[in-house]
Amino acid sequence: MLNYIIRRVLYAVPILIGVNLITFTLFFVVNTPDDMARMQLGIKRVTPEAIAKWKQERGYDKPLIFNDAENGAAKFTNTVFFEKSVAMFAFRFGRADDGRDIAYEIRTRMMPSLAIALPVFLLGLGVYIVFALTMVFFRATYVDFWGVVLCVALMSISSLFYIIAGQFLISKLWHLVPISGYGQGLDAAKFLVLPVIIGVLSGAGANTRWYRTLFLEEMGKDYVRTARAKGLPESIVLFGHVLRNALIPILTGAVVVIPLLFLGSLITESFFGIPGLGSYTIDAINSQDFAVVRAMVFLGSLLYIVGLILTDISYTLVDPRIRLE
Amino acid sequence: MLIEPLNRSPLLGDGGRVPVHPLAVEAGSTISRFPSYLPLVLAVLMCACSGPWNNPYRESEAGKNILYGAFAERPKHLDPVQSYSSNEILITAQIYEPPLQYHYLKRPYELIPSSAEKMPLVQHFDQKGARLGDDADASRVAFTIYEISIKPGIRFQPHPAFARDQQGGFLYHDMGKTDLADIYKLGDFSHMGSRELTAEDYVFQIKRLAHPRLHSPIFGLMSDYISGLKEYAATLRAVDEAQFREQGSGAYLDLNNYPLEGAEAVDRYTYRIKIKGKYPQFKYWLAMPFFAPIPWEAERFYNQKGLAEKNINLDWYPVGTGPYMLAENDPNRVMILEQNPNFHGESYPSEGMPEDAQADLLKDAGKPLPFVDKIVYSRERESIPRWNKFLQGYYDASNIGSDSFDQAVQLTGQGEATITEAMREQGIRLETAVAASTNYMGFNMLDPVVGGAGKRGRESARKLRQAISIAVDYEEYVSIFANGRGIPAQGPIAPGIAGHRDGKEGINPVVYDWVNGRARRKPIEAARKLLAEAGYPDGMDARTGAPLVLYFDVTTRGTEDKSSLDWMRKQFRKLNIQLVVRNTDYNRFQDKIRKGNAQIFEWGWNADYPDPENFLFLLHGPQQKVGQEGENAANYSNPEYNRLFEQMKNMENSPERQKIIDRMVTILRHDAPWLWGYHPKDYGLYHAWYGNVKPNRMSNNNAKYFRIDAGLREQKRAEWNKPVLWPVIAGLIVLIVGLLPAAVIYRRRERGTGIANTEPKHETGGSPA
Repeated sequence: MLNYIIRRVLYAVPILIGVNLITFTLFFVVNTPDDMARMQLGIKRVTPEAIAKWKQERGYDKPLIFNDAENGAAKFTNTVFFEKSVAMFAFRFGRADDGRDIAYEIRTRMMPSLAIALPVFLLGLGVYIVFALTMVFFRATYVDFWGVVLCVALMSISSLFYIIAGQFLISKLWHLVPISGYGQGLDAAKFLVLPVIIGVLSGAGANTRWYRTLFLEEMGKDYVRTARAKGLPESIVLFGHVLRNALIPILTGAVVVIPLLFLGSLITESFFGIPGLGSYTIDAINSQDFAVVRAMVFLGSLLYIVGLILTDISYTLVDPRIRLE
Repeated sequence: MLIEPLNRSPLLGDGGRVPVHPLAVEAGSTISRFPSYLPLVLAVLMCACSGPWNNPYRESEAGKNILYGAFAERPKHLDPVQSYSSNEILITAQIYEPPLQYHYLKRPYELIPSSAEKMPLVQHFDQKGARLGDDADASRVAFTIYEISIKPGIRFQPHPAFARDQQGGFLYHDMGKTDLADIYKLGDFSHMGSRELTAEDYVFQIKRLAHPRLHSPIFGLMSDYISGLKEYAATLRAVDEAQFREQGSGAYLDLNNYPLEGAEAVDRYTYRIKIKGKYPQFKYWLAMPFFAPIPWEAERFYNQKGLAEKNINLDWYPVGTGPYMLAENDPNRVMILEQNPNFHGESYPSEGMPEDAQADLLKDAGKPLPFVDKIVYSRERESIPRWNKFLQGYYDASNIGSDSFDQAVQLTGQGEATITEAMREQGIRLETAVAASTNYMGFNMLDPVVGGAGKRGRESARKLRQAISIAVDYEEYVSIFANGRGIPAQGPIAPGIAGHRDGKEGINPVVYDWVNGRARRKPIEAARKLLAEAGYPDGMDARTGAPLVLYFDVTTRGTEDKSSLDWMRKQFRKLNIQLVVRNTDYNRFQDKIRKGNAQIFEWGWNADYPDPENFLFLLHGPQQKVGQEGENAANYSNPEYNRLFEQMKNMENSPERQKIIDRMVTILRHDAPWLWGYHPKDYGLYHAWYGNVKPNRMSNNNAKYFRIDAGLREQKRAEWNKPVLWPVIAGLIVLIVGLLPAAVIYRRRERGTGIANTEPKHETGGSPA
């Protein structure tokens, strides 16, 4: 398994270089370093000298990908792309265009993102599984029928609607929790209730239906019939046997997102005023801060690769027949 | 007199209980299967909160003399030499004290001393250094000296940069890695210090305008005026590069070692600024944080490498002498200002406008400032939560977004904006003010169609622009798209600024007639006639017979702006002109404007200071965008206008200056390089507990004048935010009732499966014995 993991880690390097190159190209297709300088220096009274100085200080005064004025390898190394990318592979994210340390921002903003994403993930996983197994238990009854209808309805609604409706009903009309905001330590709890409920609810439709399909597929298998023939109660059959055997596809979807939980949610954080990494990314895109955008995309890609490796490892844990070679 | 903080919530009067909706109790008592522990859990939850459940602030803040506001975009710079945006000045203006400020109540805007003892002494000198009179002609003035005396005894806010050890050395100026190990924010320093403000601190800040590692947006402008500033920047750059080569990036560039010709301290409390020629508008810059004092100790302190790596710098933690200091800076979540304990003191103004006494704006006259103990600005990116929190009483004031306009404001038959009944019931009041801004539509004068080429072409293009000026009905635009929040402009100068004229003499005769005591837009026939004279009868090119097609460059807009673009096309269609909208992102738009590739475009300008020069320079030829990188986006240039501008800009306000401005505005109206657009009106909503509010578009240090009735706020918040529990309980009941049959089925199935249930059947079916 170790060899397999090492191989996967090595595969990750070209993937990350590719992602970095694509991000770089896409960003600079719509923004020039001059645009970035103007965005940072403001709209009024920006002189060409100030722009030149800003670019020089941040290393954006060099050619983007190919430096014709240099010789040999320097044609590629003395460029914006190379200099910015190499540092990132060493996890030196540098400074945002406003001068603030990106690594510091990521460290401080990771926890608020996790404070929402982790409860949504865990609670959601539990709720969806229970809901799906309940529908399977009551298959072909009114519970199953209306459960599916409810799932289809839930998955047809935009997540933005859940946020606005949730804020309107629970916070504005019923005054039960704050509409938005965030606090330190335990103070954060009252701000997290609503986004967590909405996070779980907005994913309920699609996930529950998906899990229900998985469980129904398992229900027709021999081991279920055997379990029933042994006289096991249906709840044991479902939670003890069907759930365990349906775990592989569930893990495929669930484990891969675990590392990404750190990155937060763009819309939820923005609407609920959560100072997490999702809102950090949105701010960076709005202010054309390439240093932050690049760092966040890099981090996202890296965590996704980590998630995939973890998923592979988790297969071996839930199914002893699987060996990673 | 300060309001005594109310530490006791009105809700605590009845033992901390929160009223519960009666339905909650009834629902619980009627359902037998209702979980018995649920009321207990709810009761515990309710008792745990003494205030409204949806209160986003700490319980300990209840009833305190705190002002609550919101900001959407986090400030990029809090260093006064770099900060220029309105969201930044919201913070910096409360912390930093430039020598001058605007009178809070008087109109037109009037400059008064802030940290200065009195208004600056302004002296003009000729080439030989001989003193000239105050009214000396600008052409004779070689340089001007501004001598500013500051009040003695002013002290900086507590800050670790001033902290000293017992030997008198600075405690925190040479910190190593181990010293910084436990430092993550400014509050982690255990010792603070302060010192008296001196004239040198103002000089130091002026030097910082030229600092090679800082980007001051006004450096370019100021280097044209402050004597020796440009050369000073070159000197500093050379020294900085040399230091970098020798000592690396952490080298400290000590500005005290390098004198600046244009700024010097005469004594401990007096300093002089030397300005090239005559520049009367310079006094307005002295009311902006760019000219606020910065102590050298702060620069030295923040220059330490380890601090910069932890985002502890002057951009994040300001050091000022103003009424407030930044106590918490988490711009992703909240920024908190607290009273500066070293504030030198100031009194609420005793004079104002005649209507101010009636508006209760003078009842605090002479009382010491500031009134509010603490200001909490929360980050609120989205308008919907911000608006709802204002309605719940968690923000003390709010602007009005277009989606909430109808909910907040209604227009009377005379077009006057008033508050709606629902808002009035909540005690909310509306304050309006015309902004010192203009939103205009510009023609690129370098374009052959709308700018013209050759004498005949220019004349034809002028008539075309005049025709369009009449056709585009800005009264309708303001009514439809700005909810009436604006005044159609008659020229570039906004109302309230010297040089602006109201009434009949202020109308643009190219576009309006004066009828029955008000301006009336000329009929569309007048525009068609001008269009025909321009060579486009009925919108067709008289020479080629081709339809006239014009191009409107706009920045990328959402679907909500489609209607305004359709409306604009319709205005041009009145003249049978086809308007093609060229949509692009803001970067490309700026690029087009810079290169002169746009034909017609929309833009706006917020005045820096209340002087007509700050509007009229937008059409000054030598400041055009193309080639000059100036602010004249229309690339308009008229020799007479340019000459008059040069003459006007150095004059003090006087009838003579007004005459020149009138002539300049007449030239502009005739040439019509802009559709003058409209001057936006700011609408602000304020709760009943928010006092001493008078919109002031020039001064930003207004927080010290505001007053909060925290007791009333607490009472209203409790009244407006009673928790409504019945929907939750009703939802639970519906869920339980809905699941009951399922539970029955479950039990039946469980009993109906397995050996235990089949065996009895077997027994009853079988034994013959």
